[in-house]
Amino acid sequence: MSAQAPITVRSSGAQRAMRFVLPVIVFAAGLVAWELVVRIKGIPPYVLPAPSVIVLTLIKDWTVLSQSLATTLLTTLEGFLAASVGGIALALVFNQSKWVEYSLFPYAIVLQVTPVIAIAPLLLIYLEQQTAVVVCAFIVAFFPVLSNTTLGLNSVDRNLAGLFQLYGASPPQTLRLLKLPAALPYILGGLRIAGGLSLIGAVVAEIAAGTAGAGSGLAYRIAESGYRLNIPRMFAALLLLSLAGIVIYGVLALVSHLVLRRWHESALGKED
Amino acid sequence: MTEPKTSSAVEASLTALAVSLRGVTKAYDNGVTALGPFDLTVRKGEFISLLGPSGCGKSTALRIIAGLSAPSSGTVRVARHEGSVQPGHLRPGHGIGFVFQEPTLMPWTSVRENVRLPLRLAGVPKADARARADAALASVGLADFADAYPRELSGGMKMRVSLARALVTDPDILLMDEPFAALDEITRFRLNNDLLVLWRRLGKTVIFVTHSVFESVYLSQRVVVMTARPGRIQADIRVETVEPRGEEFRTSAAYSDYCRRVSAALAPSYSGQSTL
Repeated sequence: MSAQAPITVRSSGAQRAMRFVLPVIVFAAGLVAWELVVRIKGIPPYVLPAPSVIVLTLIKDWTVLSQSLATTLLTTLEGFLAASVGGIALALVFNQSKWVEYSLFPYAIVLQVTPVIAIAPLLLIYLEQQTAVVVCAFIVAFFPVLSNTTLGLNSVDRNLAGLFQLYGASPPQTLRLLKLPAALPYILGGLRIAGGLSLIGAVVAEIAAGTAGAGSGLAYRIAESGYRLNIPRMFAALLLLSLAGIVIYGVLALVSHLVLRRWHESALGKED
Repeated sequence: MTEPKTSSAVEASLTALAVSLRGVTKAYDNGVTALGPFDLTVRKGEFISLLGPSGCGKSTALRIIAGLSAPSSGTVRVARHEGSVQPGHLRPGHGIGFVFQEPTLMPWTSVRENVRLPLRLAGVPKADARARADAALASVGLADFADAYPRELSGGMKMRVSLARALVTDPDILLMDEPFAALDEITRFRLNNDLLVLWRRLGKTVIFVTHSVFESVYLSQRVVVMTARPGRIQADIRVETVEPRGEEFRTSAAYSDYCRRVSAALAPSYSGQSTL
């Protein structure tokens, strides 16, 4: 037995800084190139707006766009909460009863693999528009929470489960003190995926609804601006959607890190 | 303990039965018989080792005694309290402490909460349980690490936490399933000594599963050597020496003599295993 030399290369401070600086440089260079091409070639804004025009549009149309942003975010949040609660609750039921799991799990998969864009028009017929949009967000975001929580609940250490059995733990005690904490990293992973997906679900439903009637979400703005050839506003709304997605992911990743930082490998630094 | 006593003098005071297995077998659904028929009698306060090759069913025997696994046939009797031997079906209870091969700690909570767990499950009030958990941690020399998380501890320290958790309910019987197998030798020797000190002080019945001849002879009053699967008793060797044992026993001629005898008893268990 010989001592193994550490193989992992520790990233120095400079290297870590470059991980942030390099993408920013690429982004800035891309914007400059975009701006230059548009200006030199004299491309009209209704074909391709320059980045500066997009930013100006964002400021000019802020009243409309911020209201739409709020609408979309609210839909996303509602869909996300429904998916989180529903996914975790159903996984817990599955964990308690194999029969329920065998009976319902195939339908959860069917719900997952059917493209939501194809379901949205149907939902819009049967449900109120706002409800239909939330349900779409829920359908898309629900499955990763369910499958990750199920995986987590099934990943409980066998010996720890034996220990709980030895000390006569009741099912609620086992759930609260063993299964849920053990599944937490998996649940948080599922929520991180669900956050982004519920935004996608909301956008898909808004676009489907946009053609059907009144809407005011960001995706509706994109569709509407497209009909009016207001290309700069399309880009501005897209920019907001993209930023919203980044913020949602960032918040969920931060929550996950804060919850797990004291014990789980995923939240610990590479150096021990 | 000021005056060294021989182990037979210690035994004289130990008459009550702690564990008794009669004709116990364990067969799995796939038809493989893992254990038995297996007979074992352990007196109160005794320290015995189950020694045998991998897969001989010694861990299975331990899990059956703990009530974590049901025997396919045979009877299991485990004494729960002073003088009372409860017959028949085994219910999980607080009379048994179990130390697994791995530390088996909950990584998401502190060392103190890990040790407090058995009391918490039994509904012991928090303040009382905390005090007892701290006392158990102090008894294994980890009083200063109550607020640490398991991942911040070394392998040996995690094992000590696991031992403290097994002791916190003040069980009559301590079952240990190859607890030190994954540790380096120096840590292992130190934990062996600490375990002997704890055993002498607390007077628990200890059933210690190991595949190390040297560890079994060093620790126990009786070494029960098992055959290859399905595990039966090959030999039951009494280790008699001057108590309390210490490092000088490890280097004594009597120790190596016992090790030779135990190894000889163990040899047939491995002879049938030449086919890889």
